[in-house]
Amino acid sequence: MASTNPPSQEIPDNIVVSSRVRLARNLLGHPFPGWAKKADRLRVVEVIRPVVQSIEEMEGGFSETMDSLSAIEKQVLVERHLISREHAAKNVGSAIVINRAGTLAVMINEEDHMRMQAITTGFKLKDVYQMIDRIDSKLAVKLPFAFHPRLGFLTACPTNVGTGMRASAMLHLPALVLLDHINKIVQAVNKLGLAVRGLYGEGTEALGNLFQISNQTTLGEKEAAILDRIEKVIAEIVKHEQNARLTLLEKNPRMVYDHIGRAYGVLANAQTITSKETMNLLSMLSLGIDLKLFDDMTHGIVDRLFMDTQPAHLQRNHNNQKLAPEDRDGFRADYIRARLAEIRRPKFALPPKSDGG
Amino acid sequence: MKCDVCKEAEATVHLTQIVSGDIQKVDLCEACAKAKGVSDPTGFSLADMLLGLGQGEKTTEAGTAAAELRCAACGMTQSDFKKSGRLGCAQCYETFAGGLAPLLKGMHKGEQHVGKVPPSHSDSTAVADRLKALRRDLEQAVKGENFEVAAELRDRIRKLEQEGRG
Ligand SMILES: [Zn+2]
Ligand SMILES: [Zn+2]
Repeated sequence: MASTNPPSQEIPDNIVVSSRVRLARNLLGHPFPGWAKKADRLRVVEVIRPVVQSIEEMEGGFSETMDSLSAIEKQVLVERHLISREHAAKNVGSAIVINRAGTLAVMINEEDHMRMQAITTGFKLKDVYQMIDRIDSKLAVKLPFAFHPRLGFLTACPTNVGTGMRASAMLHLPALVLLDHINKIVQAVNKLGLAVRGLYGEGTEALGNLFQISNQTTLGEKEAAILDRIEKVIAEIVKHEQNARLTLLEKNPRMVYDHIGRAYGVLANAQTITSKETMNLLSMLSLGIDLKLFDDMTHGIVDRLFMDTQPAHLQRNHNNQKLAPEDRDGFRADYIRARLAEIRRPKFALPPKSDGG
Repeated sequence: MKCDVCKEAEATVHLTQIVSGDIQKVDLCEACAKAKGVSDPTGFSLADMLLGLGQGEKTTEAGTAAAELRCAACGMTQSDFKKSGRLGCAQCYETFAGGLAPLLKGMHKGEQHVGKVPPSHSDSTAVADRLKALRRDLEQAVKGENFEVAAELRDRIRKLEQEGRG
């Protein structure tokens, strides 16, 4: 607790998987996308898209109108967290511009005229804020943003007015889930005015033990203060997850090792496997890597498997063929087995017991 | 009824705002109302804003909407907004200000934006904020019949408004 180092430099990347900041902006004098007629939306795309493309950071990037993308292509972008599910449902009158590195994305005519985001791996909320802030400032010079001195940036939904900012981090919290402490954490974080939700799956189910923490309020606080608040809470959650891992290893190592061993066994040998089961088992492999149980499994391999086994990625890598779910599960299993063929199974050893704790 | 700002001309514009859940009224003459519009950096049409707020006053006090509020810029009505939870355009924030104020208060940490300001507003914002605060003080002074304070505040508001225009 005495440490004054910024948490961004202290916390290992494997618990905070990624950081993202999204800004909502609208043009003055045009109805918001949800209320606008098709002609209005087309005009807004015509105004915004060339300006976004002309920004240095977006050079050589990807820019398409949503009606020109196939269902699989849109879903691939959703799985990469570059567009929202809502944006994937858009067609004529919406567009997307992404930089070459895939770290910056501007959705045009989602719920607002612009939803721009910066995203990167690890715990780097302030870095990603700076990235998107720079883009926003450049755009603000060229585009007249709807802004009100008291309410700040005006957005289609009143929950976003003010900064128009949602900062979020994706956290991998397998030990808190295994220990059944996650609900307590979620409640505590909610009380602090932040939202927690499973990143995949419906309702309280969190596939892959992945959770997204984000700010709920946007008006009445500076961007830096909001980021600070989230960072502090995340640093605290990370500490809880680290403690939970130690507790599990101390009290019930066999249970933890069993989960990890079975995950490896199933993934390395399954002939058919759903996306849901894959995510949950990959979470255990990731925990095994953190616990140093593998000689040659890396987070890079697991992250790649996580991405490539999601439905749209799987189909795209299969000649863009739309696959029936049963076939998909077979291809998924084949893909994972091939990837894990050279990876040796985990080695388990009892953790060194320390006296008095 | 005399104008709250200049205390000279007859007030023809009656403004209602909801501050911390209380309905507060401001009565302005044509000239002062215009001045307020000029110093409003968002460039919203004052006539529309006042029209919207005027109707809002009636519906707030009666509890029900006789004639439904409709955004002059985009055509969205109060019930459209209630249905979708999304506003139709930037000006809807003025049109539905009465209903939005308690809503915003409930969902956010504060009622005043303190974050980033786009370059188009960076110069005028500080002035606008000061004006807003001064007008609120003036209103309180008028209410409390502190006429000396009110006169002084009125002078300061006039001066700021002239600076803002120059
Ligand atoms: Zn007057
Ligand atoms: Zn409107």
